[in-house]
Amino acid sequence: MAKQTALYAAHVAEGAKLVDFAGWQMPIHYGSQLEEHHIVRRTAGMFDVSHMCVVDLHGVRSRDMLRYLMANDVARLDGQPGKALYSCMLNERGGVIDDLIIYHMETTWYRLVVNAGTRNKDLAWLAKSAPSFDVEVIERDDLAMIAVQGPEARDKVHTVLGEDAAAVRDLGRFAAAEAGELFVARTGYTGEDGYEIVVPAEQAEDLWQQLRDAGVLPCGLGARDTLRLEAGMNLYGQDMTEETSPLISGLAWTVAFEPEGRQFVGRAVLEMERAQGVTQQLVGLLLEEKGVLRSHQKVIIAGVGEGETTSGSFAPTLGKAIALARVPVGDAGECLVEIRNRQLKARIVKPPFVKNGKAVY
Amino acid sequence: MSNLPHELKYSKSHEWVRDEGDGTYTVGITDHAQGLLGDMVFVELPELERVVNAEEECAVVESVKAASDVYAPLGGTIIEVNSAVEESPELVNQDPYGDGWLFKLSDISGLDALLDADAYAEMVDES
Repeated sequence: MAKQTALYAAHVAEGAKLVDFAGWQMPIHYGSQLEEHHIVRRTAGMFDVSHMCVVDLHGVRSRDMLRYLMANDVARLDGQPGKALYSCMLNERGGVIDDLIIYHMETTWYRLVVNAGTRNKDLAWLAKSAPSFDVEVIERDDLAMIAVQGPEARDKVHTVLGEDAAAVRDLGRFAAAEAGELFVARTGYTGEDGYEIVVPAEQAEDLWQQLRDAGVLPCGLGARDTLRLEAGMNLYGQDMTEETSPLISGLAWTVAFEPEGRQFVGRAVLEMERAQGVTQQLVGLLLEEKGVLRSHQKVIIAGVGEGETTSGSFAPTLGKAIALARVPVGDAGECLVEIRNRQLKARIVKPPFVKNGKAVY
Repeated sequence: MSNLPHELKYSKSHEWVRDEGDGTYTVGITDHAQGLLGDMVFVELPELERVVNAEEECAVVESVKAASDVYAPLGGTIIEVNSAVEESPELVNQDPYGDGWLFKLSDISGLDALLDADAYAEMVDES
């Protein structure tokens, strides 16, 4: 039996088409995935992302534990309560166990938001290190999460928060604050401005309804995927896995090799990979002919070699197909993508494809 | 339940067929099929004058979500394709039995193997 979020009844009432997503019954769309995509680019949409898992780490040495387990360095958050950091958690082979956001709550308290599909293995991985750091790992099943995204998203959230809006109005990007019982972060997965709001599960439906009344339209996970792809954001399990390092996944910027003395899981392998020079890279593709790019299509770059798309879709903002692809390193502006036994021309670009509603490739 | 005009015939692979009464037959995909696929973004139509067998792949419809082959519901010759859906794939969503038609066949065979609306409805309900 698939699990249901605190907003399940609200989705059914909205006429959502529900699908199984990592063991959860989640809305893929509420009528039209394309319209929901445009709503987020143009005004404000909201997503139930309660299937993602909030994990709190408590303990004097929780900072030490995260400095050991994460490829990015939580020391970058020191002295900045509320500040967030995006990081990969690696295995000993330098492969990605998950990508996640870490919030610095208090000196001895960090909050992680991890992917739904990796929840169990993440918790197991954290639990393995927790005893030696004397850290308590708490899975927050009592919380739900709503992402409100789009150029008008923050204004609409402020309206709903009323007096509590003062606590979040001046938040910088990638920072969070508590507003009453809510935890409000200026983060997202769409390439638009907005908030991700962590809310006690029993209050989630009320908040959803208030946002709805403020003119924020419900959007499904289908639109979330096309939005994140246009924004050039990786999806765990597709664009990076336990078999790929962040260095060949467009995520080198998230690996903190400095300071040199910090030992983190996977460091030795990544250092070796860096010293030898990476042989692959994650690039963006823009299909120049009619068709739709999908994952696992063969990519052929003349004089360089072959690779494969990792995520692909029709990009509603651009009106053409785009993809992320892992290809051999080399200078190339063009490639061919094999779609149903035909080879179609694509341009190689650096993601993102869309930023703040506009094409940027 | 999705819309199923009674004057049409249906294939198990979710195409519909309309007898135009002049020896030609118009083909599209059912309302049920377009609903499952979601917003269409790309349609690839067969070449004119191509001779197809019943159940042969001859077109592709792609939604934001997935690509799906369209099979010839009858054997025959492709005599016309709807180039409007190549320009505006959303017609398949908006009007699957009208402006969203895909191609027309003549010299057909295999009409008896098709389902009527009730039999198709029953098949869709069971799946």
